[in-house]
This record gives sequence, structure tokens and C-alpha cells, in this order.
Amino acid sequence: MTDTAVNTGEAVVFWICSVLAVAGALGMVLSRKAVHSALWIALTMINLAILYVANSAPFLGMVQVIVYTGAVMMLFLFVLMVVGVDSSDSLIETIKGQRLAALILGIGLAGLLVWGIANGLTETSTVGLDAANAADGGNVEGIAHLIFTKYLLAFELTSALLITAAMGAMVLAHREHWTSKATQKDLSVERFHRDEHPGNLPNPGVYARHNAVDTPALLPDGTPLEESIPAPVRARSDARPVDHADVREVHEITEGKGE
Amino acid sequence: MNPSNYVVLSALLFSIGTIGVLVRRNAIVVFMSVELMLNAANLAFVAFARMNGNLDGQVVAFFVMVVAASEVVVGLAIILTIFRTRRSASIDEPNLLKY
Repeated sequence: MTDTAVNTGEAVVFWICSVLAVAGALGMVLSRKAVHSALWIALTMINLAILYVANSAPFLGMVQVIVYTGAVMMLFLFVLMVVGVDSSDSLIETIKGQRLAALILGIGLAGLLVWGIANGLTETSTVGLDAANAADGGNVEGIAHLIFTKYLLAFELTSALLITAAMGAMVLAHREHWTSKATQKDLSVERFHRDEHPGNLPNPGVYARHNAVDTPALLPDGTPLEESIPAPVRARSDARPVDHADVREVHEITEGKGE
Repeated sequence: MNPSNYVVLSALLFSIGTIGVLVRRNAIVVFMSVELMLNAANLAFVAFARMNGNLDGQVVAFFVMVVAASEVVVGLAIILTIFRTRRSASIDEPNLLKY
């Protein structure tokens, strides 16, 4: 690839990836659900990484994939899980006409920027990064050379920034326990005070013929125990009445009197 | 094709991000739009670095990524804290300072 011009291969990559990136950005703005927005913007970021690589910035392309699509978007998805995945936007406008005004202003901004840049940059010549990348033996080496000489102070400051951000996030997300956590003993005492059946409920009746959850268990005196049937079945009144003839027959079989 | 097309693309993405910030109500989606704007600025930096033939633009884009990452961490923690107290991630809800 020559320094000044963009060859056909890069043009093809540009047109594919730029269309996909814009599609991802539009999908992010237009989709109702926040999770869909997150996935759309992940598409945009991957395509931007490809464009970085095409712009002779392979290091930034990899950092883009690792930091943005890897770390930042996963963080977004984690927070979405905490906040609630189905929290979609309300369509009620709190300021009247705000949506339309924002749309018009945004399209105006896009037109202004795109028109200005497209007109302003037509005559510029491109130097290309091949010489700059080759000076230190590669793109990563060139960036490292700059970071650790010219931008050393800024680099040191970013470490302070990262530590501060991590501490700030920990402090903000930390929840203090004002009362001590309930122990197993506390939970057990509370369960017996609640005036309910403290242990497991009895199983439903399991006979030779009706091995089903809708058949109640029988108490020693032969009356059915309603609590042994799962509550949903009871609520639908789907419980099967006990067939005492069956019970007697099973009893006789176990006693060896039947056939 | 001219490398200035990259700058035009970045302007387009920036404008879409602006529309997203202005239109959406969900704080997390607004945050994503801000991320999109930062990415668009990064693309412009990378394209200008190539046009000018030195790596300073790429270094600046790298620093923007670092700052954006820490900004996301703190911002999402703030959104979580607000969600815990108000049970909502809508940016219209916190209006205690309105009047």
C-alpha cells in the first residue's frame, strides 16, 4: 500500500465496515430495549476496530476489541442485568416536542459536520503512517516510544485516574449492612414463630395405581390430607378424589390376599 | 477514495450519538450514546494521525480509551446507586433539584 492513496481493498473494507458501523449506531438509538441497544453498539465497536486496523493502527484496533467490546460492553450488560433487562424506554415525552426538536437538531448537526468536513478535507494530502511506524520498528513500538517519552506525565496520571475510578466505583456500589446478617438459628426460630407447617409438607399419595401428585396422601384413619397436594393443583381444584376401593385392593395385594 | 472519508464517518457517528443522548430516556442507553461519541472522536484522531504521518493522534486516542473506561466504571456505579434508591433507570426521575 502506498503512503498517500487508499487502495481498492481498503476502500472495500471501508464501505462494508462504515455501513455496518452506522447501522449499529442507528440500531442502538432506535431499539426500544436496552439490551438490544448494547448488542447494536457492540457491532459498531467491532467495525470501528477493523477500521482502526485499516488506518494502520493495529494496536488501537486490538485495544478497541479488548477494552470496548470486551470490558465496557460486558460491564454495560452486567448493569442491565441488575437494573432489569425488560426496562424499556417509556414513550411519554416529559418536554413537549423534545423528540422532534432533538431529531431536527441532530440531523442539522450531522449535515453541518459532514458537509464541512467533506468540503474542507478534499484538498488535503495524506502522508501515511508507514514511515512513522517503521521508525521504531513497528506500530506498538512507535506508540510505546511516544507514551514513555513525550506523554510520560499523562501516562502516569492515567494510572492515578484508573485507581481513583476503581475506588470510586467500589465506594458507590458498596452497600453497608446496618444490622447483622440472620444466622441459621435466627431463621429457624423465625420459621417456628410464623405459625405455619415448619417442615416439609407430606408427599402426595403414592399408590400402586395412582402414582400422581393430584392424589392426596391418606392419614392413618383413611381420610385424605389436602396439604399433601401441591398448592397450584389445589387452587385449580384438580385434586383427584381418593378411590377407597383402590386403596383396599392395594392393601389386600400387599397382605397377599388378592390374586 | 480519500482518507478524509474516515473523518466524515466519525462526524456521522458523533451526530447519531448526539441524537441518542437527546432522545433516549434510559440512563444506560444515554451512556452508550456518550460512548459512541467518544468512539467517533477516536476514529477522527486515528484518521488524522494517518493523514499527518505521526503517531501522536493514536496516542491521544489511546488516552481517550483509558479515560472512557474509567468514566464508564464510575458512571455505571452512579446509575446503580440511583437505581437502588429510586428503583428506576430513567433520567427523568431524579428531579429533586428542579425548583
